[in-house]
Amino acid sequence: MAEDNSKTNLPPLSLHVPEPKYRPGDTVDYSDVTIPRAGDQPRPDVNSAPAAMREMVYDMVRVLDDDYKAVGPWDPKLSDDTLLKMLKTMAQVRAFDDRLHRMQRQGKTSFYMKCTGEEATSVAAAMALDSDDMCFPSYRQQGILFVRGYPMVEMINQIFSNREDKLKGRQLPIMYCSRRLGFFSISGNLATQYPQAVGWAMASAAKGDTRIAATWCGEGSTAEGDFHSAMTFATVYNAPIIMNVVNNQWAISSFSGFAGGERTTFAARAAGYGIAGLRVDGNDPLAVYAATQWAAERARTNNGPTLIEHFTYRADAHSTSDDPSAYRSAQEREEWPLGDPITRLKRHLIHRGVWSKEQHEALDKECIEAVKVATKEAEKNGILGHGLHQPFETMFQDVFEEMPWHLKEQSEQANKEREIKWPDAEASK
Amino acid sequence: MNMIEAINSGLDNMMARDDDVVIMGEDVGYFGGVFRATAGLQEKHGKTRCFDTPISECGIIGVAVGMAAYGMRPVPEIQFADYIYPGLDQLVSEAARLRYRSAAEFTSAITVRSPFGGGIFGGQTHSQSPESMFTHVCGLKTVIPSTPYDAKGLLISAIEDNDPVMFFEPKRIYNGPFTGYYDKPVEPWSKFEASEVPEDYYKIPIGKANIVREGEAVTVLAYGTMVHVANAVVEEHGIDAEVIDLRTLVPLDIDTIEESVKKTGRCLIIHEATRTSGFGAELSALVQERCFYHLEAPIERVTGFDTPYPHSLEWAYFPGPVRIGEALDKIVGELTS
Repeated sequence: MAEDNSKTNLPPLSLHVPEPKYRPGDTVDYSDVTIPRAGDQPRPDVNSAPAAMREMVYDMVRVLDDDYKAVGPWDPKLSDDTLLKMLKTMAQVRAFDDRLHRMQRQGKTSFYMKCTGEEATSVAAAMALDSDDMCFPSYRQQGILFVRGYPMVEMINQIFSNREDKLKGRQLPIMYCSRRLGFFSISGNLATQYPQAVGWAMASAAKGDTRIAATWCGEGSTAEGDFHSAMTFATVYNAPIIMNVVNNQWAISSFSGFAGGERTTFAARAAGYGIAGLRVDGNDPLAVYAATQWAAERARTNNGPTLIEHFTYRADAHSTSDDPSAYRSAQEREEWPLGDPITRLKRHLIHRGVWSKEQHEALDKECIEAVKVATKEAEKNGILGHGLHQPFETMFQDVFEEMPWHLKEQSEQANKEREIKWPDAEASK
Repeated sequence: MNMIEAINSGLDNMMARDDDVVIMGEDVGYFGGVFRATAGLQEKHGKTRCFDTPISECGIIGVAVGMAAYGMRPVPEIQFADYIYPGLDQLVSEAARLRYRSAAEFTSAITVRSPFGGGIFGGQTHSQSPESMFTHVCGLKTVIPSTPYDAKGLLISAIEDNDPVMFFEPKRIYNGPFTGYYDKPVEPWSKFEASEVPEDYYKIPIGKANIVREGEAVTVLAYGTMVHVANAVVEEHGIDAEVIDLRTLVPLDIDTIEESVKKTGRCLIIHEATRTSGFGAELSALVQERCFYHLEAPIERVTGFDTPYPHSLEWAYFPGPVRIGEALDKIVGELTS
């Protein structure tokens, strides 16, 4: 044991509490963010051992260069049609977000979450998957549903919790679910979908299926135990899964430093588990596509799981219940060094000569109009807080497959109350 | 068969009948589980049907939910019920509500097996009875057998059930029906009729209680180990009690309980779990609500104390014959004096 007083010349210990570099009013300087040159990153074979590609977790896969040309070994060499579809889908997602966000402000629903600036991380990723691969999304991957053709009206019905809401008004707005489209039910508890996705992938492998699973979480929720449990199970059983970490820099008002992002990358978590890891420019739709395609091929050929960190920026508020101007510099968004995914893809397509500024302006108008039409259609089915859209029995259904006596009793009670409280309610019982 | 063998037989039957039934948990594969409940199943059904997992209850339950979403019927084992807490969020927020929040597009047909309860000198971390934490959760079923015959039949029902089921196994009676006298040897199950367990498939329905002893003087509600303790005490005191083994806490067989209490006019509730907010509180409230005008004495509860499970004072904690005897005396004393 050390002698008494042996440490008298040491300063006292101090606790490090991370602090973001910029707060409201600060001038932003991104010069210390390392953005490697597009095209410089090697593309390992899909059967490479994770240990042989460790540097990929610190690098950043980029395809679109400063002139909006696609360069390097990660260029997925997509057709004009595919790229145009990607652009149009991302533009539609953004128009949808803008309008539905406003509808929340108009009191038509309780809540909304935009994915502004992060559209590529879901749209380009989903386009690189097979349509029957299973997605376990978090709450900012509405782009997957757009790629897979989920009707906007149905999404809005869910957001309005109206009588046509397929989820019977039980879920928070934007917590969609579609088994048909391979879109798992969204949970508000963070990262819970991670081990579930691994379980689904393990089941697919155990059954000799060809389908793989993909899951998404934010960088903030990589701190959850579920994330690490999922990583362990994925590596132990070599599960056919793609684990996406959307590093949008902010978990509500906590910057990525609180998830451990100050000292290493999120992709580097993969190295510790012996999993293949890629760090990707999340605002480069071609890089996102290429990385997902690589990981999907890897999973589909029994080469196991991949963790992809999408380095991106949450350009807007966390949700309608958040005000980013209260905790971060307004310049952050404007000066984000990786730009905007839609703008970058648009310029790439213009550069390719298959798109124009005028066409894009027309596209934006079309997208706005399409959402407007869908919203009007959905509004006919009701909006949240205006009327009782679901029969009261639905509140008690699906708790169990068959309704037990205590729920039947409570259901009768609810119906009795309805007669008294809302004798003229429109919705059928 | 003892209870472990009966559980093993139930699992074996279900694995043979349905390729989607898979067993997973710490040590359940090659070794066959620390209590041997899964012995031989990996060898018989293959490594992908019965396999060991990392020490991660969150992972075990979460992965099981994902496998169920795929269409399988996982039977995860949590080695001791005390270890279930790291997996609690996956049970409470995910498995229990998946059917509800997805409007039945996805379901969690999982059966979580876990040994629970005390009386084996397991200390604080191998003795708890957490069942009421799960009965409070909407969407979970909770099943607790008290004999080998019931264990197999109920387990098969649980695995076939399309809802998530918590299947708690009273480990004190794995080998024989413990009567509460810690200083007397436990008789092996082989001496009892309930150990006559058919090798083949059979079911005992979830949600149906078992009247293990008919009587007129008092209704005793118990489950798991406490069924046997209650029986022994009732016999010792020569009380004409009706002892009901609940078998399932959710959904509860309220009709059997109500009918019995209305007949006897008295009710004693026994469980090993701690008292405050234990399942006995719910039973007591239900009996009061439904049978108040038939009651001739206050409802009594005999439970564990509101302390963590003490190692050296295990037998002082355990709700044994003295505590039960006193309660019975309070309720039916006038009948027996």
